[in-house]
Amino acid sequence: MKIRALFFASIREITGCKEMEFDISEGTRVGQFRRELVDRYPGMAPLEKVLSVAVNAEYADDEVVLMPDAEVALIPPVSGGGHV
Amino acid sequence: MFEITTDPIDPDALYRQVLRDYNGAVVTFAGVVRDHTGDKRTEYLVYEAYTEMAQKKMAEIGAEVKERWDIENIAILHRVGRLEIGETSVLIAVGSPHRRQAFEACRYAIDRLKERVPIWKKEVGEDGESWIEGPGSGQGEV
Repeated sequence: MKIRALFFASIREITGCKEMEFDISEGTRVGQFRRELVDRYPGMAPLEKVLSVAVNAEYADDEVVLMPDAEVALIPPVSGGGHV
Repeated sequence: MFEITTDPIDPDALYRQVLRDYNGAVVTFAGVVRDHTGDKRTEYLVYEAYTEMAQKKMAEIGAEVKERWDIENIAILHRVGRLEIGETSVLIAVGSPHRRQAFEACRYAIDRLKERVPIWKKEVGEDGESWIEGPGSGQGEV
Protein backbone atom coordinates (compact mmCIF):
# COMPACT_ATOMS: atom_id res chain seq x y z
CA MET A 1 0.00 0.00 0.00
CA LYS A 2 1.08 3.57 -0.59
CA ILE A 3 1.73 6.31 1.94
CA ARG A 4 3.12 9.80 1.57
CA ALA A 5 5.96 10.92 3.82
CA LEU A 6 6.69 14.59 4.55
CA PHE A 7 10.12 15.84 5.56
CA PHE A 8 11.00 19.07 7.33
CA ALA A 9 14.03 21.06 8.42
CA SER A 10 17.13 18.91 9.02
CA ILE A 11 15.32 15.77 7.86
CA ARG A 12 14.36 17.45 4.60
CA GLU A 13 17.99 18.34 4.01
CA ILE A 14 19.01 14.73 4.60
CA THR A 15 16.48 13.28 2.17
CA GLY A 16 16.88 16.14 -0.29
CA CYS A 17 13.13 16.46 -0.82
CA LYS A 18 9.98 17.68 0.90
CA GLU A 19 7.91 14.59 0.33
CA MET A 20 8.11 11.11 -1.06
CA GLU A 21 5.75 8.27 -1.74
CA PHE A 22 6.50 4.89 -0.17
CA ASP A 23 5.12 1.46 -0.88
CA ILE A 24 4.95 -0.32 2.48
CA SER A 25 3.38 -3.58 3.62
CA GLU A 26 0.00 -3.55 5.29
CA GLY A 27 0.16 -3.45 9.06
CA THR A 28 3.38 -1.42 9.17
CA ARG A 29 3.56 0.56 12.39
CA VAL A 30 4.90 4.06 12.90
CA GLY A 31 8.01 2.89 14.76
CA GLN A 32 8.81 0.32 12.09
CA PHE A 33 8.45 2.87 9.31
CA ARG A 34 10.79 5.29 11.07
CA ARG A 35 13.35 2.49 11.49
CA GLU A 36 13.19 1.68 7.79
CA LEU A 37 13.69 5.33 6.93
CA VAL A 38 16.72 5.60 9.20
CA ASP A 39 18.15 2.46 7.59
CA ARG A 40 17.71 4.07 4.22
CA TYR A 41 19.05 7.45 5.32
CA PRO A 42 21.80 6.82 7.90
CA GLY A 43 22.18 10.59 8.29
CA MET A 44 18.98 10.48 10.36
CA ALA A 45 20.43 8.08 12.92
CA PRO A 46 21.58 10.76 15.40
CA LEU A 47 18.03 12.15 15.41
CA GLU A 48 16.19 8.84 15.59
CA LYS A 49 15.47 8.92 19.32
CA VAL A 50 14.05 12.43 19.22
CA LEU A 51 12.26 12.15 15.91
CA SER A 52 8.49 12.33 16.36
CA VAL A 53 6.05 11.14 13.77
CA ALA A 54 2.72 12.68 12.87
CA VAL A 55 0.10 10.76 10.97
CA ASN A 56 -2.44 12.91 9.14
CA ALA A 57 -1.23 15.97 11.07
CA GLU A 58 -1.51 14.42 14.54
CA TYR A 59 1.34 13.12 16.73
CA ALA A 60 1.31 9.34 16.66
CA ASP A 61 3.19 6.89 18.86
CA ASP A 62 5.23 3.97 17.58
CA GLU A 63 2.43 1.41 17.89
CA VAL A 64 0.03 3.16 15.54
CA VAL A 65 -0.64 1.13 12.41
CA LEU A 66 -0.32 3.08 9.18
CA MET A 67 -3.33 3.08 6.89
CA PRO A 68 -3.31 3.39 3.09
CA ASP A 69 -2.75 6.94 1.80
CA ALA A 70 -1.64 8.16 5.22
CA GLU A 71 0.30 11.40 5.34
CA VAL A 72 3.27 10.59 7.57
CA ALA A 73 5.38 13.53 8.70
CA LEU A 74 8.79 13.16 10.28
CA ILE A 75 9.02 15.82 12.97
CA PRO A 76 12.49 16.73 14.18
CA PRO A 77 12.60 18.44 17.58
CA VAL A 78 10.78 21.73 17.28
CA SER A 79 12.56 25.01 17.92
CA GLY A 80 11.57 25.27 21.55
CA GLY A 81 14.26 27.42 23.05
CA GLY A 82 15.94 25.99 26.12
CA HIS A 83 16.17 29.56 27.37
CA VAL A 84 12.96 30.65 28.99
CA MET B 1 -7.04 33.51 14.46
CA PHE B 2 -4.29 30.87 14.44
CA GLU B 3 -2.15 31.23 11.37
CA ILE B 4 1.17 30.63 9.73
CA THR B 5 2.11 33.49 7.42
CA THR B 6 4.93 34.49 5.12
CA ASP B 7 4.09 38.19 5.52
CA PRO B 8 5.56 40.57 8.10
CA ILE B 9 3.50 40.50 11.29
CA ASP B 10 1.45 43.56 12.13
CA PRO B 11 1.14 43.72 15.93
CA ASP B 12 -1.77 46.17 15.81
CA ALA B 13 -3.87 43.86 13.68
CA LEU B 14 -3.50 41.00 16.13
CA TYR B 15 -4.12 43.32 19.08
CA ARG B 16 -7.40 44.39 17.53
CA GLN B 17 -8.41 40.75 17.09
CA VAL B 18 -8.72 40.28 20.85
CA LEU B 19 -10.02 43.71 21.80
CA ARG B 20 -13.60 43.54 23.09
CA ASP B 21 -15.75 45.77 25.25
CA TYR B 22 -15.77 43.13 27.99
CA ASN B 23 -11.95 42.78 28.03
CA GLY B 24 -10.06 45.01 30.45
CA ALA B 25 -6.62 43.64 29.58
CA VAL B 26 -4.71 42.69 26.47
CA VAL B 27 -1.34 40.98 26.82
CA THR B 28 0.81 40.39 23.78
CA PHE B 29 4.00 38.41 23.41
CA ALA B 30 6.35 38.94 20.49
CA GLY B 31 9.21 36.62 19.62
CA VAL B 32 11.86 38.67 17.88
CA VAL B 33 14.95 37.65 15.90
CA ARG B 34 18.05 38.50 17.94
CA ASP B 35 21.56 38.91 16.64
CA HIS B 36 23.29 36.15 18.56
CA THR B 37 23.01 32.75 20.21
CA GLY B 38 25.51 32.23 22.97
CA ASP B 39 28.67 33.83 21.61
CA LYS B 40 27.77 33.23 17.97
CA ARG B 41 26.55 36.05 15.79
CA THR B 42 23.38 35.48 13.80
CA GLU B 43 22.89 37.06 10.39
CA TYR B 44 19.32 35.97 9.86
CA LEU B 45 16.90 33.11 10.60
CA VAL B 46 14.88 30.88 8.35
CA TYR B 47 11.65 29.47 9.76
CA GLU B 48 9.88 26.47 8.32
CA ALA B 49 6.54 24.96 9.37
CA TYR B 50 4.37 21.97 8.72
CA THR B 51 1.68 24.53 8.08
CA GLU B 52 -1.44 22.39 8.23
CA MET B 53 -0.45 20.74 11.49
CA ALA B 54 1.04 23.90 13.00
CA GLN B 55 -2.22 25.81 12.52
CA LYS B 56 -4.16 22.94 14.02
CA LYS B 57 -1.83 22.75 17.04
CA MET B 58 -2.01 26.50 17.59
CA ALA B 59 -5.80 26.31 17.53
CA GLU B 60 -5.62 23.54 20.13
CA ILE B 61 -3.49 25.77 22.36
CA GLY B 62 -6.16 28.44 21.93
CA ALA B 63 -8.82 25.96 23.04
CA GLU B 64 -6.75 24.93 26.08
CA VAL B 65 -6.33 28.56 27.09
CA LYS B 66 -10.03 29.27 26.77
CA GLU B 67 -10.84 26.29 28.94
CA ARG B 68 -8.25 26.88 31.66
CA TRP B 69 -8.67 30.61 32.16
CA ASP B 70 -12.17 31.37 31.03
CA ILE B 71 -10.73 33.55 28.29
CA GLU B 72 -12.67 34.27 25.12
CA ASN B 73 -10.06 35.89 22.94
CA ILE B 74 -6.65 34.66 21.88
CA ALA B 75 -4.83 34.91 18.56
CA ILE B 76 -1.51 33.43 17.46
CA LEU B 77 0.42 34.31 14.34
CA HIS B 78 3.74 32.75 13.33
CA ARG B 79 5.81 33.85 10.38
CA VAL B 80 7.91 31.55 8.21
CA GLY B 81 10.63 32.14 5.64
CA ARG B 82 13.68 34.35 6.00
CA LEU B 83 13.56 36.82 8.89
CA GLU B 84 16.06 39.57 9.59
CA ILE B 85 17.35 40.73 12.96
CA GLY B 86 14.64 42.63 14.82
CA GLU B 87 11.73 41.17 12.89
CA THR B 88 8.85 39.46 14.68
CA SER B 89 8.68 35.70 14.23
CA VAL B 90 5.70 35.00 16.45
CA LEU B 91 3.00 37.10 18.06
CA ILE B 92 0.44 36.03 20.62
CA ALA B 93 -2.36 38.28 21.82
CA VAL B 94 -4.66 37.44 24.71
CA GLY B 95 -7.65 39.54 25.71
CA SER B 96 -9.26 38.99 29.07
CA PRO B 97 -11.52 40.83 31.51
CA HIS B 98 -8.62 40.97 34.02
CA ARG B 99 -4.87 41.20 33.62
CA ARG B 100 -3.71 38.24 35.70
CA GLN B 101 -5.40 35.66 33.49
CA ALA B 102 -4.15 37.39 30.37
CA PHE B 103 -0.52 37.29 31.56
CA GLU B 104 -0.73 33.66 32.64
CA ALA B 105 -2.49 32.52 29.50
CA CYS B 106 -0.07 34.32 27.21
CA ARG B 107 2.94 32.75 28.94
CA TYR B 108 1.32 29.34 28.77
CA ALA B 109 0.56 29.75 25.08
CA ILE B 110 4.13 30.60 24.05
CA ASP B 111 5.60 27.81 26.19
CA ARG B 112 3.19 25.30 24.69
CA LEU B 113 3.83 26.56 21.20
CA LYS B 114 7.56 26.05 21.60
CA GLU B 115 7.23 22.46 22.75
CA ARG B 116 4.38 21.29 20.57
CA VAL B 117 3.93 23.17 17.31
CA PRO B 118 5.88 21.86 14.30
CA ILE B 119 7.91 24.93 13.41
CA TRP B 120 11.67 24.91 12.99
CA LYS B 121 14.28 27.59 12.76
CA LYS B 122 17.66 27.63 11.12
CA GLU B 123 20.28 30.08 12.25
CA VAL B 124 22.53 31.48 9.59
CA GLY B 125 25.65 33.22 10.83
CA GLU B 126 29.30 33.74 10.19
CA ASP B 127 30.11 30.13 11.10
CA GLY B 128 27.59 28.66 8.68
CA GLU B 129 24.07 27.47 9.32
CA SER B 130 22.35 25.05 11.65
CA TRP B 131 18.86 23.93 12.58
CA ILE B 132 18.03 24.75 16.19
CA GLU B 133 16.49 21.67 17.71
CA GLY B 134 14.81 21.42 21.07
CA PRO B 135 14.84 18.34 23.28
CA GLY B 136 12.16 16.53 21.28
CA SER B 137 8.53 17.19 20.59
CA GLY B 138 5.29 15.35 20.76
CA GLN B 139 6.29 11.97 22.08
CA GLY B 140 5.23 11.09 25.55
CA GLU B 141 2.70 13.87 25.72
CA VAL B 142 -1.04 13.65 25.87
